[in-house]
Amino acid sequence: MKLIDFFVIAIRALSANKLRSSLTMLGIIIGVGAVITLMSVGRGAEASVTSTFEQMGTNVLNVVPRSPEVEGFAGLSPRFAAPTLTLDDAEALGHIRSAAAVLPVNENFVQVTADGESKTAMIHGSTPEYLEVYNHSLALGQFIVDRDVASRDRVAVLGSEVAEDLFGFDNPIEQRVKMKGQRFTVIGVLEPKGGAMMGVSLDNIVVTPITTFQTRLFPQRTASGEDAVASISIKVASADAIDGVTEDAEAILKKRHRIADDEKNDFAIVSQEQVLGFVTQVTGVFTIFLGAIASISLLVASIGIMNIMLVSVTERTREIGVRKAVGAKRRDILLQFLLEAAMLSFVGGGIGVTGGWVLSRLISRVDVGGMTIHAVVSPDIVILAISVSVFIGLASGIYPAMRAARLNPIDALHYG
Amino acid sequence: MIELGNITKIYKMGKVEIYALRGITLSIKRGEIVSIIGASGSGKSTLLNVIGCLDRPTSGSYLFDGADVSRLNDNKLAEMRNKQLGFVFQEYNLLSRASALSNVELPLIYSGSRQKHKRAMEALERVGLAARAKHKPTELSGGERQRVAIARALVNNPALILADEPTGNLDSVAGAEIVSIFQQLHREGITVVVITHEMDVATKAQRIIRLVDGEIISDEKAT
Repeated sequence: MKLIDFFVIAIRALSANKLRSSLTMLGIIIGVGAVITLMSVGRGAEASVTSTFEQMGTNVLNVVPRSPEVEGFAGLSPRFAAPTLTLDDAEALGHIRSAAAVLPVNENFVQVTADGESKTAMIHGSTPEYLEVYNHSLALGQFIVDRDVASRDRVAVLGSEVAEDLFGFDNPIEQRVKMKGQRFTVIGVLEPKGGAMMGVSLDNIVVTPITTFQTRLFPQRTASGEDAVASISIKVASADAIDGVTEDAEAILKKRHRIADDEKNDFAIVSQEQVLGFVTQVTGVFTIFLGAIASISLLVASIGIMNIMLVSVTERTREIGVRKAVGAKRRDILLQFLLEAAMLSFVGGGIGVTGGWVLSRLISRVDVGGMTIHAVVSPDIVILAISVSVFIGLASGIYPAMRAARLNPIDALHYG
Repeated sequence: MIELGNITKIYKMGKVEIYALRGITLSIKRGEIVSIIGASGSGKSTLLNVIGCLDRPTSGSYLFDGADVSRLNDNKLAEMRNKQLGFVFQEYNLLSRASALSNVELPLIYSGSRQKHKRAMEALERVGLAARAKHKPTELSGGERQRVAIARALVNNPALILADEPTGNLDSVAGAEIVSIFQQLHREGITVVVITHEMDVATKAQRIIRLVDGEIISDEKAT
């Protein structure tokens, strides 16, 4: 028997029962569509988180206060960790040989107003090294210089989004903005960076000198009464030096904070890589979890196929008898029904992939709290979904097909 | 051509054994036209199924053209049915969704033959139904359906045609047409075995075999 004849028979049998075939396929369409959509959304979330971290620069170590009593990542939470770092700590860390730049950063949210326009933005208090460490570049004007930091000047550099929302097409340089009831002079505008961190656009930002931040905007003090620094980023000259710099930084801070070797630190040094690893682990689990939920619908669909194929075999018992009487072998009957099941699931899988792809594109357009998930339908997901659906078709078709093939020709002919 | 030696067929219904055939010994020569008659339950259909390789005997020997059929596996039996034999049933057993032509092509699909279309049309011409090739069985009369079934039996040029009550569902006019087609096939050299319980059909054969309770009680020339 020729392959083409098998296909002709299968197509005829499936089109003879169009409603039934399409309903059976619908199960596979929904299942595969769900797998494609959810997996690609998961992948998209993973990719956007990863790219955000990469934009923030690699080879960066972050020093943050931690609560010595609280275990794990929770110990880094500002709810438990009292401020312990100061500008002097940052200065001391700057003496480490392989540290290319050391950047103290304080952050908060602030309402910025200008000419009646108002916007809530993230505010960073920092130093001139900010551009280098955070991979930002300047579009207009100039950035904060050491003199601004030393004299606690009320100057601000705006992120592109803030500048656009407050001033539109006007040049914001030398304009005034108001934050916490104080006037600031705009000295520069950053280039758009794209991306978002925890749902906040990286361009919705205002940068001021850290000293201004500490004294005029959001004063916070350490236990010993000094102005506090929320975090210190250390840009390391090369990836090889990360371990060495980590050790040096720990030694310096232990000494400065008078912490004995056997005591727990009141600070933590976290590499960008560690955070990235943790985040991708979380999003990876998230993706697998979504895929597993979608797979349940595929399982249900496969039961549907098996059910329909069993009904079909019973209904067509006489047909099987006739085919056997005129010379069909077991293998011919087996392949006939197997092919029907495989075609149902293959065509359903194809439509499901297309539907899932369209759905992913739609989801990519939806703005979720300032962040879009760029759902990525990658070839491996498509191949996986289609091969899983064909496998399901074959697996759920094999039992009905074997039942058909095993029928005794005489019993089949006299059925019903 | 066909040599049956002491063929028995026992069906097991639970613990009860039913003897459908009790030691049938029979020989049919190439080119003969034979009718088998008997009451229902006499085992005549079982005998035809055994000859037609649709069923295996419980014991006994079956030589087809000198080859031992009882040793063949399922695939070889399927090939026998496909190439050497043609079946005609009382209920026609056509595929209702397929056209007459597709029904006749069916055996050619399983033999992997070329020119299926042309050969199926030729077979339909032999039974005088070429004009109805595109019709579905539901659009044909009983006699026409049976002729499609005969065309299907003929299409692979079998040596032997087996018919199980081929006129059972037909009126006398259509029945007579079918009988005359079998006679024509016989004249063309094909061996024909027909089961019937109608004496006027049986007497058209050269030879009448009468079965009672799974045994041959008479085997004589038709008068």
